[in-house]
Amino acid sequence: MDIREEFGKLTQIPDFEDSVEDKDLLMTDKMSVLQINVGRLCNLACKHCHMEAGPNRTEVMGRDVMEACLEVYKNWGFSTIDITGGAPEMNPDFRWFVEEAVKVCSHVMVRTNLTIMLEEGYEDLPEFYADHKVEIICSLPHYKAKNSERQRGSGTFDKSIEVLKKLNEAGYGKDPELVLNMVFNPGGAFFPPQQSAIEREYKEHLGQEYGIVFNNLFTITNNPIGRFGGFLMKTGNMESYMTKLYGAFNPGALPGMMCRSQLSVAWDGSLYDCDFNQAVDMPVETKETIMDLRDRPYKKRKIRFDKHCYACTAGQGSSCGGSTA
Amino acid sequence: MNTYYNPEDLAKFGTMGEEAPQLWDSFMQYYGAVFAEGALTAREKSLIALAVAHAVQCPYCIDSYTQDCLSKGVDEEQMTEAVHVAAAIRGGATLVHGVQMKNIVKKLEL
Repeated sequence: MDIREEFGKLTQIPDFEDSVEDKDLLMTDKMSVLQINVGRLCNLACKHCHMEAGPNRTEVMGRDVMEACLEVYKNWGFSTIDITGGAPEMNPDFRWFVEEAVKVCSHVMVRTNLTIMLEEGYEDLPEFYADHKVEIICSLPHYKAKNSERQRGSGTFDKSIEVLKKLNEAGYGKDPELVLNMVFNPGGAFFPPQQSAIEREYKEHLGQEYGIVFNNLFTITNNPIGRFGGFLMKTGNMESYMTKLYGAFNPGALPGMMCRSQLSVAWDGSLYDCDFNQAVDMPVETKETIMDLRDRPYKKRKIRFDKHCYACTAGQGSSCGGSTA
Repeated sequence: MNTYYNPEDLAKFGTMGEEAPQLWDSFMQYYGAVFAEGALTAREKSLIALAVAHAVQCPYCIDSYTQDCLSKGVDEEQMTEAVHVAAAIRGGATLVHGVQMKNIVKKLEL
């Protein structure tokens, strides 16, 4: 299924660019985040995964691409390295990459599904992360097992709780230098609640029931692509979900769209304005790769949009770092 | 199939303002204020609305407030409990009227 073809059929939803009055907002601004997707291999196959990551995926970033990422990071004036996947930890060069990244960047974050840290060969990762002061962003779809496992599969909730406890033991969420953030995404074709309200609920439940502490919770609106897009198509929810996203279009969320300040690198070095564009195979307009950028200075670029971008501008806005408006 | 209730009609709610715009505007202003954060959170109000929607058995309101509750982080377990609150009050109201029946029986029977 080509999801972008499906977007084209929704003629009642205007093209995203036509909804943006201030055309300067269609261009990138100062770069701050270099987001690096080190591969689509994962120990889980979550229902909402826009990357459609899983145990059978074979796309894994090589060390040459990682080296190019570090070089471009230094040249372009980014302030954050955001490592994602798949389960990024499953890349064979992951630890080497983190060690090199923290040498050049004071804010390295890793997006983890938590459960990987119970698999053989990965059990020492909480200490590894703490030693390198890596910020952890973990996905926990809900604080109740039933709701969480509907997205991530049975048995994943207890494992996540076990790993969260280990991270707390290693100092995460307690030591100001060891930041532990969580991501909430809705369990279906509806919007996330107000970020501060659901963060309060998470803290209450995880604290009282499991003694777990963490720093911040980020809400992310489900993007109508990948496995979640497939679910919308299968259940006849695509049109109503897109209508809802467009109906909640908030121009105030445009300046903070993550594509304006980040560059997303895929496992093979191809470049995208964001991880969602990567998932729908919509590379940057110039079609450059991270290797091409090694000796090129940063130039503002025109961002590529499609109708899935309405997910980042609905209501309180959405990004990999939570709400934006 | 023709039916009195069409999901598409929910989107036509605003047409109720066509012949009485001032009344409609007043109602909408009031409605918005009622559901804003106040002494109760918007989430609590949405759950109350869901329970009332079941009590008055309005399919439009059930549709709207199920979606609204989901978007406010309310899960199915919590919504089900809210519906039981509505059911308990309706059931209790039926039963407590039985006292009237008993009063009448007492008055009339030998």
